[in-house]
Amino acid sequence: MAESKYKIIIGLEIHVHLATKTKMFCGCELVYGGEPNTRVCPVCIGMPGVLPTMNKKAVEFATLAGLALNCEIPSFTKWDRKSYYYPDLPKNYQISQYDLPLCGSGFIEIPLEEGQTKNIRMIRAHLEEDAGKNTHTFGDFSAIDLNRAGSPLLEMVTEPDMNSGKEVRALAVELQRIVRFLGISEGDMQKGHMRFEPNVNLHIPKDGKIYKTPISEVKNLNSFKALERSVTYEARRQYAEFVEFGKTMEMGNKATFGWDDDNQCTVLQREKEEAHDYRYFPDPDLVPVEMSDEWLGEIKSRLCELPLQMQMRFVQDYKLSDYDAGVLTADRQTAEYFDATVKSGVDPKRVCNILTQTGLKLANEAGCKVAELGVSSDGLAELAKMVDASEISASASVTIFEEMTKSKGAPKATAEKLNLIQKSDAGEIESLIDQVIADNPKAVAEATSGSKKAKKSAGFLMGQVMQRSKGQANPKVVSEILNKKLSL
Amino acid sequence: MGQKIDREQVEKVAKLARLDLSDGELTEFTGQLSSILEYIEKLNEIDTDSVEPLAHCLPVHNVFREDVVIPSLDVAAALKNAPASFDNHFKVPKVLDGGPGA
Ligand SMILES: [Zn+2]
Repeated sequence: MAESKYKIIIGLEIHVHLATKTKMFCGCELVYGGEPNTRVCPVCIGMPGVLPTMNKKAVEFATLAGLALNCEIPSFTKWDRKSYYYPDLPKNYQISQYDLPLCGSGFIEIPLEEGQTKNIRMIRAHLEEDAGKNTHTFGDFSAIDLNRAGSPLLEMVTEPDMNSGKEVRALAVELQRIVRFLGISEGDMQKGHMRFEPNVNLHIPKDGKIYKTPISEVKNLNSFKALERSVTYEARRQYAEFVEFGKTMEMGNKATFGWDDDNQCTVLQREKEEAHDYRYFPDPDLVPVEMSDEWLGEIKSRLCELPLQMQMRFVQDYKLSDYDAGVLTADRQTAEYFDATVKSGVDPKRVCNILTQTGLKLANEAGCKVAELGVSSDGLAELAKMVDASEISASASVTIFEEMTKSKGAPKATAEKLNLIQKSDAGEIESLIDQVIADNPKAVAEATSGSKKAKKSAGFLMGQVMQRSKGQANPKVVSEILNKKLSL
Repeated sequence: MGQKIDREQVEKVAKLARLDLSDGELTEFTGQLSSILEYIEKLNEIDTDSVEPLAHCLPVHNVFREDVVIPSLDVAAALKNAPASFDNHFKVPKVLDGGPGA
């Protein structure tokens, strides 16, 4: 395998759209897919003489993200102008942060296979404004929609601590989970809420020396799949280039690529001769942000248990599989709903099964979260308890849950309505068993013979009893009485 | 006295600012910019050892806006100053690079 011949080194730049109601520096509403140029004002359209004003919520969201990523939060940050010459940001500069970002260094813990985790160091995170949209489908000119211009964007940069496409994907997915848990972004990939730019190169050991390939930056990836594949593709391409031409970092430091999804390959956009000269300078229109201990403490109080911690707790305390725990912590509402249900003292696996076998599917179909299906965590707990007490079977609990989402009834009433209460009345079950024994002398003889067929015949008799009870007999009670009758 | 900025540097800065300067202008601005830089260098004579670096010239901070929607312009007003528009968009010469994205 070629993979063992080199080590892939990947750092990631991530842009996340914050879920504020309005833009970063003006009161225009943030709406996805609105009619072009209907959410614009003199500020975000870049008219001369206007004054941008910071959206407090955006600063707090960015700080919250920084706290979740274990970043240092400096007490003083400021805004800078970054030169930008495209019409989708008509001021000719982007308001961003250069030397004093809102969030300093930190780290994000990402899940790897089999419950393992890895810490990826974060270099920084800062706030900036997004550009508008450029449409090229109109022939020889471009058409600009500025609805998105000025949207608050959180840009995060990691150290090159990832070593495979899988790790990069894991980080992206984990980050999506975190921003959703914190409620600071919808993290909707389809709506472009998250964009990724990996920096990839290889360290190749050869003749007792480590050769480094030039760094490729792949721009503007907006799906997890494209992110993972572009990294894997780049690694292979760079290795081939090294083998064929001996190309190393000394021969060209960095190049920018795009991802061609149709052909599943990267495409060279430009080879950078030198770093872009963005000519940053402090924005005189915006005053600095000072983060007091009091304000920071208030933001800190809005932190919640993070998804990976919750997932690991579900595995450790509730003995769920890593997979199930991952599914249940995909979003905060579902995770907290599950957690609240279990905390009222029911078997976690029982609750997990009801949710994974039917709840999540129903929620998906209804386009909502499982907690919004109309079954309270108390109702779910009661249902799970009925299974534990053998009042209903495990499979019946799934049917009852489904009915509860429709009729909003209590579990017991719903079970009764559906005739799914298991009969545990020994007398009634005994008479059923007596009938089955009388009607099946051959099976009875075999079951008590101690022969190879005994087990199978006992099972057959058990099935007959369950059938005659229309599945309502408590199998545990049936099995006990049947065994006694057959003196097994 | 040597020039504070040479012709090549002025050419580079002009390119970054998307300015197309003639040969004559390059010569003229190289001289002008050099004397401006020289003048600014007077500041170096001041002892600033005990002065905190200044990140912003106003003694003001934390001027915020609450996250509340303010009505936007209507499309016609938004496009009123545009040299050209098309289908409620700003119409501009074709952007070749695709834009670097923000
Ligand atoms: Zn606006």
